Amino acid sequence: MDIGWYLVVSAIIFAIGGIGVLTRPNPLVILLCLELMLNAANLALVAFARMWGNEAGQIFALIVMVVAACEVTVGLGLIVAIYRRQLAIDVDELSELHG
Amino acid sequence: MSAVLFFIAAIGAISGAIGVVMLRNPFYNVLALVCHLIALAALFLLLRAEFVAAAQVVVYAGAVMVLYVFVVAYVGGSDEPLHRHGGALKVLGPLFGLAIAVELCIAMLGTALKGINTKGAPYIPGFGTPEHIGRLFLTTYLYPFEVASLLLLVAAIGAVVLARRRRGLEEIERESEEALIRLRRPVFTGTMHETTGIRGGGGTTTDEQAAAQTEPIGAHTGARGGTGEDRGEGGW
Repeated sequence: MDIGWYLVVSAIIFAIGGIGVLTRPNPLVILLCLELMLNAANLALVAFARMWGNEAGQIFALIVMVVAACEVTVGLGLIVAIYRRQLAIDVDELSELHG
Repeated sequence: MSAVLFFIAAIGAISGAIGVVMLRNPFYNVLALVCHLIALAALFLLLRAEFVAAAQVVVYAGAVMVLYVFVVAYVGGSDEPLHRHGGALKVLGPLFGLAIAVELCIAMLGTALKGINTKGAPYIPGFGTPEHIGRLFLTTYLYPFEVASLLLLVAAIGAVVLARRRRGLEEIERESEEALIRLRRPVFTGTMHETTGIRGGGGTTTDEQAAAQTEPIGAHTGARGGTGEDRGEGGW
């Protein structure tokens, strides 16, 4: 398949993830949608690596996976902390930083 | 063959992504993301990124998704409203997403990159294998590799610090709760706290109850020990 097809799939997944981040109220699902967007970027990076015949894109994709894992651990830790304080798990309710 | 595999994997990835956004239960969202990740790993394999595909399945679909499932089980995965209460983003969000998709597709169709309409560069044996990736990580990209490991360490410590039990706060909350219980219930109303002697006013009641229990027993034994007139002396 041409590289362009992979890029189109990546763009569609990125847009779906963006819609999810904007519309869902649950921070857990927002984190999942962020994962979708990062994975779409990963797919584009790997596709460009294949296009140029250069493995730097794959290295970049692996680093993006590391960053995504860090973001997930910190985000889930925040959600657990919010749940312990018995606040609502809803981004509209959690609109201020005051603890 | 590769075209068939590509379409199967692409449809799987896109439907998984739609499932993540559209399903109501967070458990099903996580499962949809696992399907999406596995389909994406198939796409990576088609792009000859074997190590990235393996890392995707092992790290993402294995470790990170297990973390998600645990947190969803802890927080409580119940059905929930699909949209925010606000309403403005309910319309603007999908519009924004569609705009980004159209914009990206226009950028790709109008690109000057020649290679975008080919199947990619000629295949070099060993492209994307763990050997090549590892050599690049330890030579050319050593600095990003070390920074990534440091970032993982910081994130692990940060998650532990964020999610740990805060002793001080919880004890203060418990004390205030007990104070509320003490305020609401008057003394000697026969609560469980009084019988077990936990609450402050309960101490006297338990002493009285103990005295009331021991007194008849002593009188009984005195009655059994003495007979007739001796009963009065035994009592005194």
